[in-house]
Amino acid sequence: MRMEFLGYFGGVFEPVAFLLLLGGTVGGLILGATPGLSPTMAVALLIPFTFQLSPAHGLILLGAAYTSTVAGGAVSAILLRIPGAPANIATALDGHEMARNGEGTRALHLSFLASGIGGVIGVLLLIFLTPVLAEWALAFGPSHLFWMAILGVTLIGSLDSKSFVKGLLSGCIGLWLSTIGYDDMQGAPRFIFADALTGGINIIAALIGLFAIPQVMEMFAKGRNAAAIEQVAITKHRLSDSFREIGRSGRALGVGTVVGSVIGLIPGVGGQIAGLVAYDQTRKLSPHKAKFGTGHPEGVIAAESANNAMVGPSLVPLLTLSIPGSPTAAVLLGGLLIHGIFPGGDLFERHPEVIWTFINSMLLGQILMVVFGIWIAASAARIARAPVPIMAAAVLVLAVFGSYSVQQSMGDVYVMLILGIGMFALEKFGFSAAPLVLGLILGPIAEANFIQGSMIATATDGPWIYFFGGLLNLVLVALVIGSIAYSFASNRAMNAAVDGMQGDAR
Amino acid sequence: MTGTRIQHTVPALVVLAVAAVVTWLSFTEEPAEAFLFPRVVSVFFIGLAAWNAWRAVTGLARVGGGIPARMAMNVVPGVAVALVFVFVAATSLGFYVSGALAFLAITTLYDPAPLSSLNGWVRRIGVTLIFMGVIHALFALLLRVQTPRGMFF
Repeated sequence: MRMEFLGYFGGVFEPVAFLLLLGGTVGGLILGATPGLSPTMAVALLIPFTFQLSPAHGLILLGAAYTSTVAGGAVSAILLRIPGAPANIATALDGHEMARNGEGTRALHLSFLASGIGGVIGVLLLIFLTPVLAEWALAFGPSHLFWMAILGVTLIGSLDSKSFVKGLLSGCIGLWLSTIGYDDMQGAPRFIFADALTGGINIIAALIGLFAIPQVMEMFAKGRNAAAIEQVAITKHRLSDSFREIGRSGRALGVGTVVGSVIGLIPGVGGQIAGLVAYDQTRKLSPHKAKFGTGHPEGVIAAESANNAMVGPSLVPLLTLSIPGSPTAAVLLGGLLIHGIFPGGDLFERHPEVIWTFINSMLLGQILMVVFGIWIAASAARIARAPVPIMAAAVLVLAVFGSYSVQQSMGDVYVMLILGIGMFALEKFGFSAAPLVLGLILGPIAEANFIQGSMIATATDGPWIYFFGGLLNLVLVALVIGSIAYSFASNRAMNAAVDGMQGDAR
Repeated sequence: MTGTRIQHTVPALVVLAVAAVVTWLSFTEEPAEAFLFPRVVSVFFIGLAAWNAWRAVTGLARVGGGIPARMAMNVVPGVAVALVFVFVAATSLGFYVSGALAFLAITTLYDPAPLSSLNGWVRRIGVTLIFMGVIHALFALLLRVQTPRGMFF
């Protein structure tokens, strides 16, 4: 089983597959380098383009875009101090200082090389850990799968949000939205307030609306006078020197890769914090602590190796347990479901060629990402300065066409726009899109297993023993409660710290 | 506290009202079997919505800066264009024509260049035509999506 993936490498080198990998990588780098276009939104907008493709080819495109948008986000973080994605926040700290010191090309070289090394190790973890976890997941029954789906929502709801009440509330809204339409078992209409909702809420239209429209509105919010962007000069730097420097930066690279891989494996945590935690740990372990924040290459290497090392492991809980490791992985789950691929323990038995070709393409994609990333570094500044009004208009039109193309239904477009505008307003009041999306995606899985479990429970020992009995159920329930309790405690601690600071200021 | 108390209270009460409607419908609609899962969800939904509303009303809600008037003023024109594009123009004028008009309207509304600048108009119209050409190639030619034609195209 461990070396099974080698047998599926040929699929990646088929002309169409390789072209999609190439296009996804280059396009993802450009999208990632453009401020305001996050990896999550890029993957969501790409999903409609995969309908015409086979599942393996569609996933290759989405996987390449996921990998390269995260790495491409470093370009605007370094050159403009505007992180292309939340995962690149830590990259901006030293990367932009390097660019201001005339070392922009060096910083870009180091960021792409570190991303590539971290990314390859992350995908290797995905290759070797996923089958092990998948075999373990085969023992899961309906009650366990129900709790896993609920755990996915509570983990992202409590860990990905600044307010755990609003995070969990977002998850509940998503779970409720997933029940709109006709019930699968009875065929009864549920919460159909308008004709557009008759077929339920289409996941892809919802993903586009929830991730793309709020970003378009953020661009609108800047108004006509978008803040002046600091221009930095791009000077040439020898690639061989960058390779030598990466070779000498084992500590930053090692810390970044280990931190990113571990954080990626934790469901729901995502890459946002991987870069920041790796940056902080590398600074603490470095003999040159004072240099961090002033343009120290180790800061860039740690942050970028971490956020790309996170990508592969974030798919381990997704492919085996249906719990995404990051918001972008949640969108990728939507992409898997529309191609009829349901994650779970027997995934590698049902669709080995699709899943291994997809994973292998991610491995090759990391190398292509380094090659093309370094190649576009020279013209990166131009990409990163794309005018905001054009980006806003382009994303809006693409979102409308993309959501329409899913089922050729205007209802999906209406739902997409309304959800997007609503999400923008909710985000401004501390709600988060990621748990809402998780609720929407995992809702049908949770409901199907809840109903199936209820039927089994009625015929056997009753619902309490069925859903709360047994070690695995108890562990999963404890994890659900633990994730909520941890988030509650950390929220309280943070509020107390803020109160303390405000008191001191007075 | 970030944002004013009233700014947090209004959306919290809206969410509570939605939760109340969902809970009411979940427990009153038939057949009961079809609403089993929505009932479970709605219990947590209304509980959390009530907790959130209480935090907002008592001034404990701290997360989220709200929507300042300046931001709302900036956002409204773009949202208006998006709503007209989707709900009115797309089916009456046709997807591509309305898409082009929406693209041009947004780039014009948010372009820092003065509206009297001829170069600005040439650039915006040029970018609109190129972008819509790419969209047409992708959706009509490559994906073969049949979009509503309306009066034009």
